[in-house]
Formats: sequence, structure tokens, C-alpha cells
Amino acid sequence: MSKVPQLIKDGQVQAVALSERVHWIGALDPTLRTFDIILKTANGTSYNAYAVRGSEGVAIIDTVKENFAGDFFARLETVARYDEIKVIVLNHLEPDHTGALPELMRRAPQAQLYISQKAQSMLKALLKQDEFEFTPVMTGDQVTLGDRSLEFFHTPYLHWPDTQCTYLPEERILFSGDVFGCHFCDLRLFNDEVGDFRFSFEYYYAHIMRPFKEHVNRALDLIEPLLPISQIAPAHGPLLRDQPQRYVHRYRELSRAVQQSETGEGPKTLLIFYISSYGNTRRMAEAIYEGAMTVNNVRVSLFDLEGGEIAPFVDLIEGADGLLFGTPTINGDAVKPVWDLLSSLAVVNLKTKLGGVFGSYGWSGEAVKMVEDRLRGLKLRVPIPGLRVKLIPTEEEIRNCREFGLELARELTGVRQSRVIDMADLA
Amino acid sequence: MAKASITFEDINITVSAPAGTRIIEISEKVGSGITYGCREGDCGTCIMKVTDGWNNLTEPSVLEDKVLRENMAGKHNRLACQAQVLSGKISVKPV
Ligand SMILES: Cc1cc2nc3c(=O)[nH]c(=O)nc-3n(C[C@H](O)[C@H](O)[C@H](O)COP(=O)(O)O)c2cc1C
Ligand code: FES
Ligand SMILES: [Fe+2]
Ligand SMILES: [Fe+2]
Repeated sequence: MSKVPQLIKDGQVQAVALSERVHWIGALDPTLRTFDIILKTANGTSYNAYAVRGSEGVAIIDTVKENFAGDFFARLETVARYDEIKVIVLNHLEPDHTGALPELMRRAPQAQLYISQKAQSMLKALLKQDEFEFTPVMTGDQVTLGDRSLEFFHTPYLHWPDTQCTYLPEERILFSGDVFGCHFCDLRLFNDEVGDFRFSFEYYYAHIMRPFKEHVNRALDLIEPLLPISQIAPAHGPLLRDQPQRYVHRYRELSRAVQQSETGEGPKTLLIFYISSYGNTRRMAEAIYEGAMTVNNVRVSLFDLEGGEIAPFVDLIEGADGLLFGTPTINGDAVKPVWDLLSSLAVVNLKTKLGGVFGSYGWSGEAVKMVEDRLRGLKLRVPIPGLRVKLIPTEEEIRNCREFGLELARELTGVRQSRVIDMADLA
Repeated sequence: MAKASITFEDINITVSAPAGTRIIEISEKVGSGITYGCREGDCGTCIMKVTDGWNNLTEPSVLEDKVLRENMAGKHNRLACQAQVLSGKISVKPV
């Protein structure tokens, strides 16, 4: 017997039951090949939305991308009338889940809208109207549908500031938004029926959740106590009814690395990256390396960008405590391999890592300042002004490089004396 | 001109700065771990804790108050891209 749920029957789209009272009313988008610019989607995606029926009304959890609103409303209409809708929950305001919201609010004007505390100003920017009502909710807030209820969990930055999860305790179903989701389109819907989506699950985490590991860990602190959950109903990809806890554990595993490096007692790690045409910036790098190595409890590594590839460097950088970049100035700019690496770091969290920049130049030397500004823009802290050397470093300049390495390594170990500076003396 | 003395506790650096200087202008230069996003009081990235000298900073605007509330900030929190130093001693640190 075919296990394919009937998404379409007699030419009409159908809702799919997760349980007697809970239905999937989302839409499939099998031809999509790129999502949010940053993700490839080899077999498309789905926009999962859900309807929950209680004895005193219906809740709709999330909607779909605007051009799929037709499927969404048609599926919704097979399980509820608009005047029965009491509650609309938005777990996440990104347009792939809120595209049908304005129309849904028109069709169900009596419904109360529930969004996270952090979603309020975003909702205004999204709906482009001033007058509408909503209820901001926090962890622990609940809304009742009679014999069913919804409980909210504040899980910000997974992957926008506004994201939250919604739990249906009477059935132990977690509506998790983008969390535990993936771009995988399969009309069999449930994880025990669909094709192999392991890659898609990992890929989604790597590009969407990875920059926010600390927030993932905090969210898991809220979600794990709910286990055993009967089903996880994410906003994209397969519905996780078979061993849902596996996906919770996998998220914990994937987010653990950061937990360890941030709380670990081991040595601090300092990575020095450089690139050099005539060896001048390289000589600086080597001297900085030597200087940094004299500091105890700092593990220093030196890499020539010319001999490496970006992906493994990104992994190293994620786990490092400090990053130094050496670049010559070529045609008034830092060189492309440096920018390429610096433009590949959006998938990791760099906040408050230590940064520093150095480089040799010929006459104008713009590169160091430009990279320094970039590091600050990436939320690194750059406590020591960049070090520039005109052409070939002298003995004295080499000593300055050693000193620069030593000071930065000391910054990392946190052994610094209190200092008083006048604003006017700051570069 | 009046000067204030602001300590960044995470890096143990004190800077004396003229009244009216925004904390963002100082903290980035000395490399404090306070981080910035929008830089204009909208996103809440730069929420910091004021551990001393609350009254030696300019008062939060209505907008700043709203952003602090939306981000569920505590009562010792300010936006480092908005708060300006006035005079006396101030101590801050990243949240
Ligand atoms: C994966 C992803 C990450 C985002 N990160 C940020 C962010 O860090 N800061 C921000 O201000 N907006 C962020 N946004 C929001 C987009 O900038 C916003 O949706 C914008 O309107 C998209 O413009 P577009 O329609 O021209 O692509 C992000 C959006 C996506 C999809
Ligand atoms: S940096 Fe966005 S509020 Fe200050
Ligand atoms: Fe999203
Ligand atoms: Fe999404």
C-alpha cells in the first residue's frame, strides 16, 4: 500500500493530519533552487504551516511564501472555517512564513495574532500598516483553545531576532519554526517516509543556525525538558515524527564545539594569516608569530593564505580566540585572498574575538586600516592599532612586530594592567 | 570643557573623554567587547551594562527606551551607540 499522504485529491489540495486535531496546511515548492541567496536547494523546499483545533477554536501556526498562498488557503479550508480561527501564531516573520499573513488577517479578522517580544518592530516593517493588534509573548506565556493549548518558548536568533517555538502540550507536538527544518521537498512529508534528507538537515544547520550556536544552546535548554516530544513540526522540510529526539540531540552535538571553546580552560588560540608578494609582510608575520609564542598558555599558528583553502580556515577561525591578518597594500587595497576569507565568515560567530592587522606597503598603505575597519564591522574587538611597515622591515621594525605579537597574545590571556588613556590620544 | 572618565571593565581601561562623546566612539577604539550592529539605536546589538555612574550619562530617549524594552533589557542596561558621557565617573561592560 502506498504510504504517500494525499496532498491532492480529485484535483483539490488536501491538508495532512499529524493527529486528529493537528493538520499540515503548508505548500510544496519543488522547483526552487536558491533560497535567501545563501542556500542551494537541490530539490526545492516546503513551507510548513499548521492548523490546531481545540474545543474553543482553531489556531493557525505560521503561513507560507506569498505566491503559495493559494495552496495554503485551500488546505486550510479543508480543515477549518475562517470564523473559527481564534489564534494566529507567527514563529518567525521572514516572508517565507508570513507571505499569506495579510490575507489571512483579512479573512479571519477576529483572530488574535501572537508574536515574540522581539518581533514587534519587525511586524510593523513587514505589514506596512500602523493599525493592527497583536500580543507579544514570552517563554511561559500560553493561549488556550479549550481542550488544547499553546505554550510559547522564546528562542531568539534562530535565525532572526524574532524567532520563537510553540508547543502543544496536550499532544506533545513542538512547532519549531526554522529550527530543525531543512530545505527538502518530498510529498511524503514525514521523516519516516521521505527520501534521504540527512545532507539537507546538516546543510541547513551549517548555513542558517551555525552563526548562532550559543543561542541554539540556550534554545535547547528550553526544548530538552519537553522530551519525550511526540513530533517536531518545523517550518521547512520533513515533519519529524519518527524519533524526534534524535534531531534535538544532533543540534546539541553540532552546537557543542563553541560551548567548549568558550568555557574551556585550555590554552587560548591565536591564528595569524598573511599573504605576501616579496616576503615583507611574511617577515612581519614571522616576527609577530615569534613574539606571540613567548606568551604562556597561548597556542599560536601561522598560515600563508596562498597555501590554504577557505573552508578549513573558516572552521579554524570559529574555534579560535584571536585572529591576525597580514596584507600588503596593492593598488590602494588589501588583496583579494584576504577579502575572500573575510567575506566567508558570515556562517560563524566572531563576536568579541580578538583581532589585529599588519602589513607592508610602498607609499600609501591603505590596506591595514581597511581590514581593521572590516574586523570591527565583523564585531571583533581590535584593541591594538594595526602595524604598518614601509617596504622592507628594518631590525627595529622587526622588534616592533615581535612586540605587537607579544602584546596581542597577552591581551588574549587577559593578564592586563589597568590603564588610563585620554580620548585625544586614541588613534 | 567638562570631561568624563569612563571605565570599560572587560578590558580594564579608563578613558577620559569630553562631555557629549558617544560611548561607541570610545569603546571601539580601545577594543572593548561591546559590539555594534546598526549603530543608530535600532537593533539592540550594543546593549551594555552600566555598573556605575548611570546619572553621568545622557538620559535614554523614548526610542532607546523602546528598543531596550523590546530586547527585554534590565534596568542597568543602555545602548552604547546612543548613550553619551556627561561628567564624573562611569563604568560599563558588555552584557
Ligand atoms: C538568512 C538571513 C539572514 C539575515 N540576516 C540579517 C542581519 O543580520 N541583519 C539584518 O539587518 N537583516 C538580516 N536579514 C534580513 C534581510 O536583510 C531582509 O529580509 C531584507 O529585506 C532582504 O532584502 P531583499 O529582499 O533585497 O533580499 C537576513 C535575512 C536572511 C534571509
Ligand atoms: S548598535 Fe544597534 S542599537 Fe546600538
Ligand atoms: Fe527564516
Ligand atoms: Fe524559513
